[in-house]
Amino acid sequence: MIWQALTFQLGYNATLVAIGATLLGIASGVTGSFLFLRKRALVSDAVSHATLPGIALAFIVMVALGGEGRFLPGLMLGAALSSGLGLIVIGWMIRNTRLTEDAAIGAVLSVFFGAGIVLMTVIQSMQSGRQAGLESVLLGSTAGMLRADALVIGAGGALVLLAVLILRRPMLAVGFDPDHAAVTGLNVARTDLAMMGLVMAVTVLGLTTVGLVLIVALLIIPAVTARLWTERAEVMVAFAGVAGGLAAYFGAAFSASAPGLPTGPIIVLASFTLFALSLAIAPTRGGLASLLKQSRFRRRVHRRQGLLALALGQPIHESFTLALLRREGLARADGEPTDTGRAAAAKALLDEARWAALRADPAHGLTATRYDGLTPIETVLTPDQISELDRHLPRPQKVI
Amino acid sequence: MMGAEFVALSLTPMLIGTMAAIACALPGNFLLLRRQALIGDAISHVVLPGIVVAFLLTGTVAALPMMLGAAGAALLCVGMIEAVRRMARIEAGAAMGVVFTTLFAAGVLLLEQSDTSGVHLDVEHALYGSLESLIWLDATGWSSLLDPVALAGVPPELPRMALALAVVTLVIGLAWRPLALSTFDEGYAATLGLPVRALGLGLVMLAALAAVAAFDAVGSIIVIAMFICPPAAARMMTDRLSRQVGWSVVFATLSAVVGYTLAGYGPLWLGYNNSVSAAGMIATVSGLILGVAMAAGPCRRRAGAASAV
Amino acid sequence: MMGPDAVSRQRIELASSARQRQSAAAPPPALAVSGLTVAYGEKPAVFSVDMTVAQGTMTAIVGPNGAGKSTLLKAVLGLVKPLSGEVRLFDLPLSRVRDRLAYVPQRASVDWDFPARVIDVVLMGLHRELGLLRRVRPEHLDRARACLARVGMEDFATRQIGQLSGGQQQRVFLARALAQSADLYLLDEPFAGVDAATEKAIIAVLKDLQAEGRTIVAVHHDLSTVRAYFDHLFLINTRPIAAGPVAEAFTSANLQRAYGGRLGEAQVAGMQADGVQGQDTIR
Repeated sequence: MIWQALTFQLGYNATLVAIGATLLGIASGVTGSFLFLRKRALVSDAVSHATLPGIALAFIVMVALGGEGRFLPGLMLGAALSSGLGLIVIGWMIRNTRLTEDAAIGAVLSVFFGAGIVLMTVIQSMQSGRQAGLESVLLGSTAGMLRADALVIGAGGALVLLAVLILRRPMLAVGFDPDHAAVTGLNVARTDLAMMGLVMAVTVLGLTTVGLVLIVALLIIPAVTARLWTERAEVMVAFAGVAGGLAAYFGAAFSASAPGLPTGPIIVLASFTLFALSLAIAPTRGGLASLLKQSRFRRRVHRRQGLLALALGQPIHESFTLALLRREGLARADGEPTDTGRAAAAKALLDEARWAALRADPAHGLTATRYDGLTPIETVLTPDQISELDRHLPRPQKVI
Repeated sequence: MMGAEFVALSLTPMLIGTMAAIACALPGNFLLLRRQALIGDAISHVVLPGIVVAFLLTGTVAALPMMLGAAGAALLCVGMIEAVRRMARIEAGAAMGVVFTTLFAAGVLLLEQSDTSGVHLDVEHALYGSLESLIWLDATGWSSLLDPVALAGVPPELPRMALALAVVTLVIGLAWRPLALSTFDEGYAATLGLPVRALGLGLVMLAALAAVAAFDAVGSIIVIAMFICPPAAARMMTDRLSRQVGWSVVFATLSAVVGYTLAGYGPLWLGYNNSVSAAGMIATVSGLILGVAMAAGPCRRRAGAASAV
Repeated sequence: MMGPDAVSRQRIELASSARQRQSAAAPPPALAVSGLTVAYGEKPAVFSVDMTVAQGTMTAIVGPNGAGKSTLLKAVLGLVKPLSGEVRLFDLPLSRVRDRLAYVPQRASVDWDFPARVIDVVLMGLHRELGLLRRVRPEHLDRARACLARVGMEDFATRQIGQLSGGQQQRVFLARALAQSADLYLLDEPFAGVDAATEKAIIAVLKDLQAEGRTIVAVHHDLSTVRAYFDHLFLINTRPIAAGPVAEAFTSANLQRAYGGRLGEAQVAGMQADGVQGQDTIR
């Protein structure tokens, strides 16, 4: 069943829904990574929760006008209007009061959502039966999704991607350094507005699939996942699109395969699974990689400090340092250096002396900033430069 | 007659709503000043998976296991946020977004997959509670307040919420100085020997306690409103911490009482028959109060910014 | 934790008792740092630093930007976790001398929009006395006001802290530290971004403290005032460069080594000349 779902064999409608969801996932992953780079990830939580009163009002208006209350484009318009209002309120609060962004986000999120719930109970009391299914905007449900809805979502996702393609340069520039971007003539406020517009578009498109409570996950988690794999912004954006698309595709297919599997939560959990795997194994910034790096670094520091202590004939206080030196055959249990240890210690001391000379010499200004107490001088200077440096050493020292 | 109806139908939900609002607003003051307002958001979301897991383990909806489950989930949430933040080296906001959405999604999924038809546990309930249903059927009027038989029939949420409020008030009162100090200047507080990490975690746990207790009555989204709106409005009123906390209690009470009244009677006054969501109305009123405070509060702007203009 | 295990602690204990025997009359150093390394990520901010500060001295920690000055101070106070090394204060571990220390953090490290008055901040300095529940009595208020008076801020006691200028904020922080009546004062850039009057007021208070026999250690960034303000110098650029009395350690050769290409010969000479002038104006 799951296999069938993943290979689009559950019928035309399910296939359409899965494709629409995948496009949405790609769009939200890509959009979310710009938001993440701008360090405003949680604004999307306010954007999504603030859609609720707009959805409910749109429903009420459409019914009052004698139309179908669940008409998706109408609901989306209402959602966009009220989350736009929410964004304006957040901006006003940060500019005109002493409240900080987190408080503004939380206040808008909860108050708009509360007002939305009030309106939802109004709808419930209007005429029974008609509102059935409006709750699905909370947690998303692809069950019973119309073909037209899937087309709207897919087309919307494609449009968002197109807009991102056009706007990627200014959005990256603003995310990296807003002040510099402003100096180069970019309109930061307008770029931010465009970015928030895209976030809003993704949120509104995701209402029926993921639901407004969880769409924020699809904006944040793929971006964070992608960040673990690369240090380059463009690559990260592409990765985030892939991660978001994969998660949404799995989620949509999975939830179509069995009843009682709500789409939104499945997509979020699929997304988190990708994140957790990346955190474990990603070679650039993954957890395992950085743990290894940290312990290697700690050993380098202790080895170097131990060697310097040996060279200067000082006692080694830290047991970890001593154990490390013993394990590498550089020192004996009583803290006395072995022959190799003595040679390594002298080399370390010479390195320090050369570094000290280099750092005192204005001619080496930039190279001097690479000093970290650990880097062997050979890695930054040529042999010729080193012998030149040695001539300036206060007391010439020989490598033993 | 009016009194009898009020005591039976409105007094207990109003009291529970008020106490829930105050219990959330008290720790909310410190969360706001620590720029951790959204921790309240995260916690109130993860209460759901905690409660569901507790239900799946015990098979009942008893108060204690639910409390423990939710507190465990809050602890897990804070731990995970910290772990994600450090391991992935990302900002706290994004880490929060990763963790609480995942835990909430897991909670929803567990809930949908398990058979909870026999008990009062579903997602909508978790989101916006059911304050209106906490009525006191045994009450016949104000005199019931002195009648032990009738008092035995008060909804169990009332004493539970009262206890939670008492604990929150007591702990904040006791830890006032270290809390204020570490909130203002954590580094300095640490040099005095204060356990700043424990204080930070304790504050989050206290918020979790308030959230869990209030969750049952008012739902998770309204919990966020009470964490943030009354303290934020109070910050607009004064430049002293103790007064800010005092104002936040006033605003929380006002939100609960006015919100509940508007939800129950507002539609009637407008000529409709049905009431609207009390929890939603309380959040809305707290937002209106915040709006007024932001527009006219005496201390609404940063002191530095005002003098710079 | 990176602390030494029992064996090496014993060794340190022996070493320090030997030190004490050696100079039974001399008091232990106010601060003794050995082999301290602190790293942020993969880059050591402070590498293998040994530092000793004698009691009753006034020491400037000087070095270029990013040289690890503040990190060194924070590691001494236990605010950042070192990768290796040991810190002893008055020959005791940090946990046993907290009430003899007072820390003046960088002004920018806190949110001055916090709802508190000046007097509330100064009262924080009495926290170890007041504890959780003891009431603030008139004598506590009097002491807090006296500390404010020492830094010339007594008229601002009930002012909201956000309304103060940078220099006034710095003086409030100093008043809070004074309220602790400590033996060792550790200040992080106390003169950064303050007005001339404040700088004068602060240095006067610090000199008074020294005259009372207390020890001052300050991260300092202004080379032109080192000679006038301090009697000891600790030059650092990730590694310790030079340490000792200002007269001996504050040489153009040492500065050149600490600042590398960032300081010209003429500049150094100019600063030393300025320093002498500064000395004249302050005395």
